[in-house]
Amino acid sequence: MTGTQLGAAGAGTDGVDGPGRGTPVLTVRDLSVGFTTEDGTVSAVDAVSFDVWPGEVLAVVGESGCGKSVTAMSLSGLLPRAARVTGSVLLEGTELVGAGDRRLRRIRGDDIAYIFQEPMTSLNPVFTVGRQIIEVLRLHQGMSRRQAADRAVELLTLVGIPSPARRVGEYPHQLSGGMRQRVMIAMALACDPKVLVADEPTTALDVTVQAAILDLLRDLGRRLGTAIVLITHDLGVVADIADRVVVMYAGRVVETAPTEDLFDTPRHHYTTGLLGAVPTAGRRASNGRLQEIPGLVPVLSEQPDACTFADRCPAASDRCRASRPPLAPETTDRTVHRFACWHPAGHRADLAAEPPVDHQERP
Amino acid sequence: MSTATGTPGTGTASVDPGAGEPPALEVEDLVMHFGSVRAVDGISMRIDRGRVMALVGESGSGKSTVGRCIVRLLEPTSGTVRLAGTDVTSLSRRRLRPHRRDVSIVFQDPASSLDPRLTVGDIVGEPLRLLGGDRSRGARARRVGDVLEQVGLRRQVAERYPHEMSGGQRQRVSIARALVSSPRLLIADEPTSALDVSVQASVLNLLADLQRDLGFACLFITHDLSAVEYLADDVAVMYLGQLVEQGTRAQVFDSPRMPYTQALLSAAPLADPREQRSRRRVLLTGDIPSPVDPPAGCRFHTRCPVAVERCRSEVPALRLVAGRRVACHLVADDGTGPDVRLLGTEGPPHPAPPAGAGRP
Repeated sequence: MTGTQLGAAGAGTDGVDGPGRGTPVLTVRDLSVGFTTEDGTVSAVDAVSFDVWPGEVLAVVGESGCGKSVTAMSLSGLLPRAARVTGSVLLEGTELVGAGDRRLRRIRGDDIAYIFQEPMTSLNPVFTVGRQIIEVLRLHQGMSRRQAADRAVELLTLVGIPSPARRVGEYPHQLSGGMRQRVMIAMALACDPKVLVADEPTTALDVTVQAAILDLLRDLGRRLGTAIVLITHDLGVVADIADRVVVMYAGRVVETAPTEDLFDTPRHHYTTGLLGAVPTAGRRASNGRLQEIPGLVPVLSEQPDACTFADRCPAASDRCRASRPPLAPETTDRTVHRFACWHPAGHRADLAAEPPVDHQERP
Repeated sequence: MSTATGTPGTGTASVDPGAGEPPALEVEDLVMHFGSVRAVDGISMRIDRGRVMALVGESGSGKSTVGRCIVRLLEPTSGTVRLAGTDVTSLSRRRLRPHRRDVSIVFQDPASSLDPRLTVGDIVGEPLRLLGGDRSRGARARRVGDVLEQVGLRRQVAERYPHEMSGGQRQRVSIARALVSSPRLLIADEPTSALDVSVQASVLNLLADLQRDLGFACLFITHDLSAVEYLADDVAVMYLGQLVEQGTRAQVFDSPRMPYTQALLSAAPLADPREQRSRRRVLLTGDIPSPVDPPAGCRFHTRCPVAVERCRSEVPALRLVAGRRVACHLVADDGTGPDVRLLGTEGPPHPAPPAGAGRP
């Protein structure tokens, strides 16, 4: 097995995070990112650990400012120089943290590919989509112009673009938002990456288009064995395609579990709050209101000795403010569910009994 | 209850028989063209007093343009907008002013809709000042303080500036500003779309509370179908500048008739993995066509999985069918019609983890 197992779960028959077959393609351990500012170092990501297995969709969820995008960028050194990255990111055994620029550039093309929320900002408006895909193929795969042109059409076919032979000659502005995102996915797949990092890939798209893109991503994972790290704030998207979920709050992982476990029995109170906040038939609090999380996400700073959610948590005690709960595993016969909480929530059925929170935000 | 859907065909000018008062909003054959872009192309709807109607649709459907026409941020190309019985489309700006009190709008992004140089108190009090009335400075300040408390803020925030507040608090300020003149109709245009999930919940709860307590009618413009389910009494669905279905929330959500509504509802992912992965979904092909050159006949026919020849040539009327309004040739007068969800895949190809996974 590559890298160390998370916590105690590596010990024999405890079970492991993920499908439990083969080895993870990406192993992240104690990844921390700090930004140096005039006022000192600001911590954006604090000791994040997770594994990604071939062919699985791992969702990283959280609200804005929780560090999910910074985590995604730091996987392959995409952050600006002001960022101080520590910890370990192993891609099939190769350490990426601290690797040189040239090596990382190679890895970004060949092994880890990215798609972002707004494809228009990632596509060059003055070149045809075909030319942009061909460029990637020639640069990273060393293909001839002819080979690359044929492969570009194949890739557009693969991502479900109608009349691909015609589309390769079109410019990004001639395509709809959904088609542009398909082109981005085609470019990302050009080098047959092991890991596809999709940062809010459908957030800018309409729901009918989103459904098609999510189906495409799921299908690619199945057919090509590509591992997908899906960064999203949308729990509906998570419920739709994720195999496992990592919940982040204020730069830390607060809970991780297989998708159904997480939705059935969320243990961290931030997760229960998030799930209760989404209006879904039958999931309202007993008083018919949506669950609220009072207060604001704390400023991302070093809070080594406390649970960062304590100030907003209905179950917080002095212990939560004095010592940081570890991301501890709870293992059932099939799965590993981890949460960093001293007073974990029970089953969802109990949640309705929680008192409603005061909706007055703290000024 | 079902009177909110109005009568098809005939104008909706008839006085609501139940209330004896004109409805909060009546829109008749509203058209808004921007040059060759036919953003809104003949919309009629009505909202009775105290009702919340959701106007849903995807980007480019024209839903936000409808809201802007109602508050006359845009001058409609043609058509009539009546607020509490008064035709405001024909009024001059000056004669419109007294009626501006009757309707307010809240936008998606409070960061860009609040003037950063004004204090919260000035922002919230501005409509009172501009709309005149008999309020003294002190009375205005008291009213501002009252309405700030109504939206869950402390009176003291009147002294602060928007940048000193969180996104959720700023949206509360926008809502306070919209409600300070006690409008009969609130247009809420994607009021929670720029907010984080947990903040969205608090703003939705607030809107629900205020609507119940103050009794204003509301046009809730959104693409977020789960928020609609939470907040709305009635639902109107737009596609490419036209209404394609309208009815009560239960009618539209539980038994949508128009194939586009069915596809839209089935495409929005539910935040419940088991339900989401087991339900039938219909995947539409292609994207929304351009409103510059909308398809002939039914505008949805290019993406509709059950379209027939008639749909390509003949525009379907929005007609009353089984208590709701539907624009579809394939829906019979008794409400029976195709359910395109039955054509869809039964859940995505998503195998459950094999038993024993996790065991070495």
